[in-house]
Amino acid sequence: MSAPPNTARDAILGRLKAAPGRPGPDLPPWTPPTYADKLARFRQMAEANHAEIHDVTAANWLERLATILNNRGVGRLMVAPGTPRGDALLRAAAQGVPLPTLVPYDQSVEVLKDALVHQVDAGLTGTRGAIAETGTLILWPTAQEPRLLSLLPPLHIAVLEEDTLHDTLAAVVRDQGWAAGMPTNALLISGPSKTSDIEQTLAYGVHGPKELIILLVRKEGE
Amino acid sequence: MVADGGMPPDHGPRFAERAPDALNNPQLRRNFRRAMDGLMAKRAAQFPDPAYWAELRERGAAVKARALSRLPDLLERLESRLTANGVQVHWAETTEEANAIVLGILQQAGARTVIKGKSMVSEEMHLNAHLERHGIEAVESDLGEYIIQLAGETPSHIVMPCIHKNKDEISDLFAEKIPGLERTGDVDELTAAARRVLRERFANADAGISGVNFAVAETGTLVLIENEGNGRLSTTLPPLHIAVTGIEKVVETLDDIPPLLALLPRSATGQPITTYVNMISSPRKAGEKDGPTAVHLVLLDGGRSRVYQDVELADTLRCIRCAACMNHCPVYTRVGGHTYNAIYPGPIGKILTPQLQGLDAAGDQPHASTLCNACAEVCPVKIPIPDLLVRLRREAVRPTETPATHLPVVKDGGAERSWTESLVWAGWRLVYTRPLLYRMVTRALAWGGNWVPANAPLMRDWTKARAKPRFKPRTLHDLARERGYLNEVPK
Amino acid sequence: MTITNLAATNTAAAATPAARPDTVYFFGTCLVDMLYPEAGLAGMDLLRHAGVRVVFPEGQSCCGQPARNSGYVEEAREVARAQLDAFPGDIPIVVPSGSCAGMMKTHYAHLFEGDPDQPRAIAFAARIHELTAFLVNVLGVTLADKGAPVTVTWHPSCHSLREMGVGDEPKALLRQLANVTLVENSRERECCGFGGTFAVRQTAVSTAMVSDKLASVRETGAGTLLSGDCGCLMNIGGHAEKVADGTRCRHIAEFLMERCHGG
Ligand code: SF4
Repeated sequence: MSAPPNTARDAILGRLKAAPGRPGPDLPPWTPPTYADKLARFRQMAEANHAEIHDVTAANWLERLATILNNRGVGRLMVAPGTPRGDALLRAAAQGVPLPTLVPYDQSVEVLKDALVHQVDAGLTGTRGAIAETGTLILWPTAQEPRLLSLLPPLHIAVLEEDTLHDTLAAVVRDQGWAAGMPTNALLISGPSKTSDIEQTLAYGVHGPKELIILLVRKEGE
Repeated sequence: MVADGGMPPDHGPRFAERAPDALNNPQLRRNFRRAMDGLMAKRAAQFPDPAYWAELRERGAAVKARALSRLPDLLERLESRLTANGVQVHWAETTEEANAIVLGILQQAGARTVIKGKSMVSEEMHLNAHLERHGIEAVESDLGEYIIQLAGETPSHIVMPCIHKNKDEISDLFAEKIPGLERTGDVDELTAAARRVLRERFANADAGISGVNFAVAETGTLVLIENEGNGRLSTTLPPLHIAVTGIEKVVETLDDIPPLLALLPRSATGQPITTYVNMISSPRKAGEKDGPTAVHLVLLDGGRSRVYQDVELADTLRCIRCAACMNHCPVYTRVGGHTYNAIYPGPIGKILTPQLQGLDAAGDQPHASTLCNACAEVCPVKIPIPDLLVRLRREAVRPTETPATHLPVVKDGGAERSWTESLVWAGWRLVYTRPLLYRMVTRALAWGGNWVPANAPLMRDWTKARAKPRFKPRTLHDLARERGYLNEVPK
Repeated sequence: MTITNLAATNTAAAATPAARPDTVYFFGTCLVDMLYPEAGLAGMDLLRHAGVRVVFPEGQSCCGQPARNSGYVEEAREVARAQLDAFPGDIPIVVPSGSCAGMMKTHYAHLFEGDPDQPRAIAFAARIHELTAFLVNVLGVTLADKGAPVTVTWHPSCHSLREMGVGDEPKALLRQLANVTLVENSRERECCGFGGTFAVRQTAVSTAMVSDKLASVRETGAGTLLSGDCGCLMNIGGHAEKVADGTRCRHIAEFLMERCHGG
């Protein structure tokens, strides 16, 4: 044995290394599911997760969004300037399209905390794609589109392009080489915030959004 | 805690003595039965195809087994990746050390209030109490944890901490503890009340503390899963995030995560996936507008490296804390989590408590099982819980030693050693290995066994709820001889 | 490289349809020997009626489970070794108990780890069959019911289900009987609370379990509970007797013999 370990780290690692060796098994094959109709699977699972899906097109999404927001009486929508959707909304509002008051997430959370925690009714984000198997949205928040935008407002609206659907998480992680560069925070979101801690009764919006709306941007010509 | 005067610490009544309280509480039994029946049905619905389930769990078990086979190496890789990512890594041998580390980080940051996501390791540490003793307020934000914190209780289940409480009990509690809230039987209203209170706590917290479900060595990523969003809030809104976890949570690659994620929520609550899967790889980077500016990871040993010394017992460390074993346990279902008087209840607790806390602290828990195998049947990482219970029963009466240290492999090994019991089994062995003696003894029992009085030792316990078993005048050996079944195998 | 300790329940692999043997061994089990000899005898008779020669080696005693489950592994191993000696021929060993069969089939390899007899123990384990599964899967028996109409319900033992992988076989046998109505109880797969010394070490929990089990049996309205394991029968039957419930608890072998061959 070498000199007595003098830190918890050395002591723990020392004990683990002194333990009898054990062979590690090879990973047995596992074939994650694939779906002939990814969109149908996604729709079914996302709706089962209590998400609301609206089919839109690249041409009409903004107009459809305005209608949805109006119908729900959303007063303040937080958006991410510097993202295509956020900029489009800000431009539209400037041109007089009837939209709720837009609150840009353009400063740090320390500055915007009160608005985020107490004032905005909805937040709009893009997505990096989605997973058909579980009806899950993939978000990699960025400097332009911060993490809390999908979490603090009571309504989360996420824009999803139809051609970014994947079968499973295993497939996305592998195909997109996630291991080569993970962001600060990668998120999988499957429906609105929920709990069943009280008598296994489902209740939504316990901490995060009470509702999740997915604007599904269909491919042209469909 | 060390007791005075060299006396063994008092671990309170044993499981057998605690159980009647729960068994005689019809409300508690209804709460658990209802909840566990629901969870079992929901889990079963998630694994409709036995072949796929078998394939998936083989993979999940192998991922964890492989990670354990390289544990020290993976921990070092995890540490260096996280450090490169800007996350500060700390190591704690004991829960006391872990508490001190967390307290030190908070004090250095001048933090006064902490918001917590659900973490069983922090329960192991009794972290909240420790922080409170040092003037730091820690508020649980998972709804179930918040409820039991208000009630001053401990979790009775590792996934659904307040499963022992029904709606009425929770409404009474909220009406009493939340100013201005009327008593309500509406779950949505109760949930909304908790949201209102906890929102403010989140907004004002100086730090967030969370657990970790999986730590990926390859990328330096902490994976946390949850449904409520409180985990995301705890790890995103306050300026400081401290994650606490056991050293066994590390896996090798990011590709190891999908099979484990496919197993964990399905096994736990019968969900295909939790609402949120939160993968954290670094603190807020320059230009980013939110997220904590400092992230710390505290790696707790807490007895795990001792478990690791024994290759068989180390299977315990594969556990991903899904709670399926307790949901399916006929004992847990009837007595609930508090009867175990331990951080981890149910089948996983019965093998973990003796190993982390010692056989003295675990008392008769390794024997509080019929070895029915319901737990092993559903465990997503194939931990042979019944076999490990048998192993621990053995360690309690006839401890094995770790070659390097000459210490018992399990703390307090030999705690249940008993000369009378050893003698009984020595006698049993003598009789059952000598055919002639065996036939003499069984014949004697056939003749006189029924005269054993109902209040004889063991028989007394047996006959509390059952009639005496009846010895038959002729044994099967006798009948087989009469009917000509004693013939030889033809050559 | 694979590791050996990944198996959670070592569930016996689905028996490869073995060729129909001429002769089989019968391992009666210690409980049957002293408390339920009629069940053991019925098991042997059923096999004989199915056309195989049955050999009951006189040197047999117990599979070793009671000692193993109490942590006295060495004692269990020595008693197990005595069984290896008692069943020397290379023919199937049929056991009228899923639990004792499970002990021998799924735990002997581990029990003899590091012991020179381990290869023998592994070969022995491979020859173990649970009675009802053997009747159905290996012998393919057909039964003709001669009894009066009766309603029964079934209790599978935990180890027959989860160690031996016996599933539908015993119920398939019962369904062959024209005058027998099989009704399932709501908690069929749940443990009855026996667990050997568990029943006396954890009396309160064990009692709660057995009374729930009996309640689910009573709910079916069947007056008879059948099982393939005498431990469960001693527990559930003993409880039924204690509370004067009136449910008859019987070993399936005895029931089948009585109905098809007049006892
Ligand atoms: S032992 Fe298995 S079933 Fe139990 S909590 Fe751990 S992983 Fe889940």
